[in-house]
Amino acid sequence: MKRIVILGAGTAGTMIANKLRKSLDKEEWKITIADSDKLHYYQPGFLFIPFGIYNREDVIKPKSDFMPAGVDVIYSAIDKVDAGKNIVILEGGKILNYDYLIIATGTKTYPEETPGLTDKLWYKEIFDFYTIEGATALRNFIKGWEGGKLVMAITEIPFKCPVAPLEFVFLADDYFTKKGIRDKVDITYVTPMSGAFTKPVATKMLSELMEEKNIKVVPDFYIEKIDNDSKKLISYDEKEIPFDLLTVVPVNMGDKMIERSGLGDDMNFVPVNKETLQSEQYENIFVLGDASNIPTSKAGSVAHFAAETLYENLMNAIEGRPLLAKFDGHANCYIETGGGKGALIDFNYETEPLPGTFPLPGIGPFGLLKNTKINHYGKIMFRWIYWHILLKGKELPVEPLMTMAGKKKII
Amino acid sequence: MAQKNYAGKQIEVTEEGYLVSPDDWTKELAVEMAKEDGIELSDKHFEVLEYLRKEYAAGTALSIRKVGKSGIVDIKGLYSLFPGGPLKLSSKYAGIPKPASCV
Repeated sequence: MKRIVILGAGTAGTMIANKLRKSLDKEEWKITIADSDKLHYYQPGFLFIPFGIYNREDVIKPKSDFMPAGVDVIYSAIDKVDAGKNIVILEGGKILNYDYLIIATGTKTYPEETPGLTDKLWYKEIFDFYTIEGATALRNFIKGWEGGKLVMAITEIPFKCPVAPLEFVFLADDYFTKKGIRDKVDITYVTPMSGAFTKPVATKMLSELMEEKNIKVVPDFYIEKIDNDSKKLISYDEKEIPFDLLTVVPVNMGDKMIERSGLGDDMNFVPVNKETLQSEQYENIFVLGDASNIPTSKAGSVAHFAAETLYENLMNAIEGRPLLAKFDGHANCYIETGGGKGALIDFNYETEPLPGTFPLPGIGPFGLLKNTKINHYGKIMFRWIYWHILLKGKELPVEPLMTMAGKKKII
Repeated sequence: MAQKNYAGKQIEVTEEGYLVSPDDWTKELAVEMAKEDGIELSDKHFEVLEYLRKEYAAGTALSIRKVGKSGIVDIKGLYSLFPGGPLKLSSKYAGIPKPASCV
């Protein structure tokens, strides 16, 4: 009996476990998936918690709901991979042998990497919304807040879901407007990048929205530390930004297990061939989702599109063919813009987000790079699609590789 | 694309002033480029530029954090060498493309 071990049962690991169990012979292949957490979090929903739109129970379900029969599920922390010996060592010493390993341990936030971030103001006036704890603590704070300087700051790139902090400030604008205190709230968006977004056409659209909503953007600000006494962000080149309420995207890095296994780069992301998704070091290791170093968004949509390529290449490897499937870096992101509207962007390694319609050329129903009500509903409907279709590896009416059909080229 | 005269030679550069071909790079060119921004290159600057060229040639994705861990200079030091845009400026003087930040 041959063995496939999947590390991490989040969005990526769950999807690939379902796909593989459906197509591989149960007599011939044993599939094992390991994760320390028994709960599955719908992470795109965290963003809505601070504003009271979603509750905790909207975003959490047991992982066991999504695991197919015939997959061994082990709830245990992972000590490390010994790739030279083709083994995974679990916490406590239990050993899993594998013929093929799929790493899907994602990216995590490490607030302690930024000096001062987890000091006395942490979860009092400084919050993240990338964890259920942070999002909930922020909600409790925001309910009673009477206004002041709200600063949304990104500490480091890359980070999970690059549109989330933009959505956060748009939703905050909406929330405080409805509460009738928008004139008492000063919103600033602080980023180490040179603009609101890195791709020119999308940046233009988003910058206009920022201006319309009276949100100030401070680009090229690389945070060195947070001064809790004077309540200021301080950059490496000694610029300062004062805050009353700081929401932050902490430093993102891969799992510590990657570092213990010697499989990662300096941010603990696993170097892979960006087209085949095979590890650069070991032929029998593939990486799906945020855990790899591929140069595209760290996002569930990318994991979903990449799952198709990874699946084909794993089959190619098993059956001794060259790895012919090539991933193009396809990402597709809904951007909540507040007031019941949303925008949608679709892009890959080579092509930046362009205007047009999605998924059907000329029809939509979703408008790309446009701020519309239907895009917002797309995001709201997506939670249902995620729980019922996506995780279980069922087909969606969307091509895994990006298409130019329905898009307008801009020169 | 544009052309610029550096160290007595016509060199192809992008609209933002980055070299089109890293092979056109020379130390003299780097000195003249930096001078345009009012920066006088020291030995420490050149250590950083050479590190960047080496890593670029090896296909490494570069970041400020990465240079900060290189052992040549820490992040604060990098900012004081290349004020304003440490990675953008150092990449320009190193003759490698403008750093592409991931989405």
